[in-house]
Amino acid sequence: MAYAFFGGVHPHDMKAATNAKAIQQLPPPAEVVIPMSMHFGAPCTPLVKVGDEVKVGQKIGEFRGLGAPIHASVSGKVKAVEPRPYSMGGNMMAVVIENDFQDTLSEEVQAPADPDALSVEEMIEAVKNAGIVGMGGATFPTHVKISGGIGKVDTVIINGAECEPYITGDHRTLLERTEEFIGGCKYLAKMFGVDKVVIGIEVNKQDAINKLNETIAKTQAPVAVEPLRCRYPQGGEKQLCQAVTGKQVPPGALPANIGCAVFNVNTTCAIYRAIAKGMPVVSKVVTVSGSGVIEPKNLECPIGTPVSCLFDECGGLKDNTYKIIAGGPMMGMAQYTCDIPVGKGTGSMLAFADKEEQTVANPQCIRCGKCVAACPMHLEPLFMYQYAEKGMVDELNEAHIMDCMECGACAYACPARMHLTHMFKTGKQLVKDKMAADKAAAEAKKAAEEKKEAVAK
Amino acid sequence: MTDYKKLNLIATSSPHIRGSETTRSIMLDVIIAMIPALIFGCFNFGMRALLLTGVSVIGCVFFEWLYRKLMKKPQSVGDLSAVVTGMLLALTCPVTVEYWQILIGDFFAIIFVKQLFGGIGKNFINPALGGRAALVASYAGSMTKWIDPAANKAAVLGSNVDVITAATPMAYLKGGDIEGLKAAYSVTDVFMGTIGGSMGEVSAIALLLGGAYLIWRKVINWQTPVAYIGTVAVLSFLFPKAGSGIEWMLYSVFGGGLMLGAIFMATDYATSPVTKKGQVIYGIGCGLLTVFIRYFGALNEGVCYSIMVMNCCTALIDKYTKPTRFGVVKSDKKEAAK
Repeated sequence: MAYAFFGGVHPHDMKAATNAKAIQQLPPPAEVVIPMSMHFGAPCTPLVKVGDEVKVGQKIGEFRGLGAPIHASVSGKVKAVEPRPYSMGGNMMAVVIENDFQDTLSEEVQAPADPDALSVEEMIEAVKNAGIVGMGGATFPTHVKISGGIGKVDTVIINGAECEPYITGDHRTLLERTEEFIGGCKYLAKMFGVDKVVIGIEVNKQDAINKLNETIAKTQAPVAVEPLRCRYPQGGEKQLCQAVTGKQVPPGALPANIGCAVFNVNTTCAIYRAIAKGMPVVSKVVTVSGSGVIEPKNLECPIGTPVSCLFDECGGLKDNTYKIIAGGPMMGMAQYTCDIPVGKGTGSMLAFADKEEQTVANPQCIRCGKCVAACPMHLEPLFMYQYAEKGMVDELNEAHIMDCMECGACAYACPARMHLTHMFKTGKQLVKDKMAADKAAAEAKKAAEEKKEAVAK
Repeated sequence: MTDYKKLNLIATSSPHIRGSETTRSIMLDVIIAMIPALIFGCFNFGMRALLLTGVSVIGCVFFEWLYRKLMKKPQSVGDLSAVVTGMLLALTCPVTVEYWQILIGDFFAIIFVKQLFGGIGKNFINPALGGRAALVASYAGSMTKWIDPAANKAAVLGSNVDVITAATPMAYLKGGDIEGLKAAYSVTDVFMGTIGGSMGEVSAIALLLGGAYLIWRKVINWQTPVAYIGTVAVLSFLFPKAGSGIEWMLYSVFGGGLMLGAIFMATDYATSPVTKKGQVIYGIGCGLLTVFIRYFGALNEGVCYSIMVMNCCTALIDKYTKPTRFGVVKSDKKEAAK
């Protein structure tokens, strides 16, 4: 068993609803809505206009600065290029494509003659052109992570923890697409120049661990399986690094600083498809589950599929459904509409109809300290809450609120049902605003002094 | 198929699921954990113990309800914390205390110690101990009248004039009279609880049972009670006033209010540190003060005041026992200091 991380909680994993169900292909949707922001960084610029014919894998969005390109996920005609609701809240410029159900592959998609002969630079270029981002939900552009990590990284970790309840997409991918996954691991090992990549899997996925061990033994693949205890947030990047290597990522630093790079299971599969087949990211495995869903399933669908199509495929929703969540129940975003599309980081769509919420009218902190014991970042949520409530920005900063990754473990553990995570989201914004204001004030002061000096001269 | 436009969706911040524990369930666990001690109190001192506890609980709940009502604040009696305070306060009183006296203690505990500071979680000393301290200061006579349980069981249900009193083990220990203590009570008596004392403090075994339940249910951490009881045990073993260290230690640990204090009072969330490291320091502090008061103070027993003093140190302990920030390793810190 691997090292442990401090803190965390152990929610009921709720995975039994879908963990034995094979990934199904969703019947092609009539139209897809592809938002121009499915990555960490500035939104893409649309490359197509209304009326254009597009083919599967054709680039339709180009990124600037930090980001990843976006590709058409179905073939057909561009119906609209306009802002549409998307899973991060509010509206985002989106390309709406009417499906012609032909699935014509774009000429841009070209498999290399010999993928194994590619140089590291060519492989990174292939990853970049395929528009791969971290598919666990953080959506950080993968080519940036790889090129930034080469030379620094000695431990490549695949995140198979899947510690959020309900989600089983990575679990099923590991079971059903083992060869593809191992292929991706080989390319990662080659790019980083390491002997082995380590995959951390929580022990509630024993069948996947067995399957991987068999395949690794058979193919002599450069992969090592590290079983992890079930503990949320085991799949947090920093927690996973700690669990696998025993080292902690310093505050404000990246895993690369301690020689680690972490990739999601589905990202690894996408890397394989990009390098071996030249295929960009056009589809996503989504777990549709929760008490509001009639028949929970694991579905693979084109990027941009409206989530209502996913729910329809699962028999619809119960009438008393009160919450739709894009992502897991601990960190996912609650949605105010079902008109949102599946993005590159959408690992699950949950619908709740039971009493999952369990809020109380007047939450009162009882100082039990359970949040302190639960915080995987070693913070003291109860004091941070008080500071944020009173707008004490300096104290918030001293309490290291910016280390908070909003994992929700404290709020989950809180018997008083305080809205801790919510308060920290606003608290972090307060700190950011203050920092920006301080910076602006300092610059203004400097400018004024310079002006004064100039006048004096 | 479902009409997705008709769903009444709510959008709130994550997390969207919560653990099963609530303030109420925690308070209920504390109540359950006190029941063995209460049952033993009734067995030892008669049914008046149960009546007093009942009156105290009703008093606390009533005062809490009344204050919240008069001040037009959200009602909070549902969280059962007032019930816990009422039970704890009763358990720290002798069985001969008057009903109206215990109600004054309830009033002080709930209104002055708890609600005036903002209610649950905001008070800086334990309400039950605060109420008890007020009673000891006001009615020292009735609060130190310890009846002999063997002589007059059940006789005290109504009046309390003609009861036969007896010295508690703490009184013998104060005088260093270990021979007299051994003649009066055996170690087994003290451990089982067939001795004089407060209604809930006498039976170490019943209290340990409750403590084990609380630790098993993860309501309290083991750090505070173990550090507290351990400190008292070690000091009394090393520095017996009379007799052998082991005997002196056993009487010191089981004879007074230490078990009740360490398990139910010192572990009060609102008034104890939030980190495990802080809880150890706090427990050791309670232990030291208890032994100092017992050895050098004017009082026979020091549990109540030592916990109250340490309650006041909690903010300080919290300040200096903050967890090490994630990613900052101790060796790095030392290097940075160089």
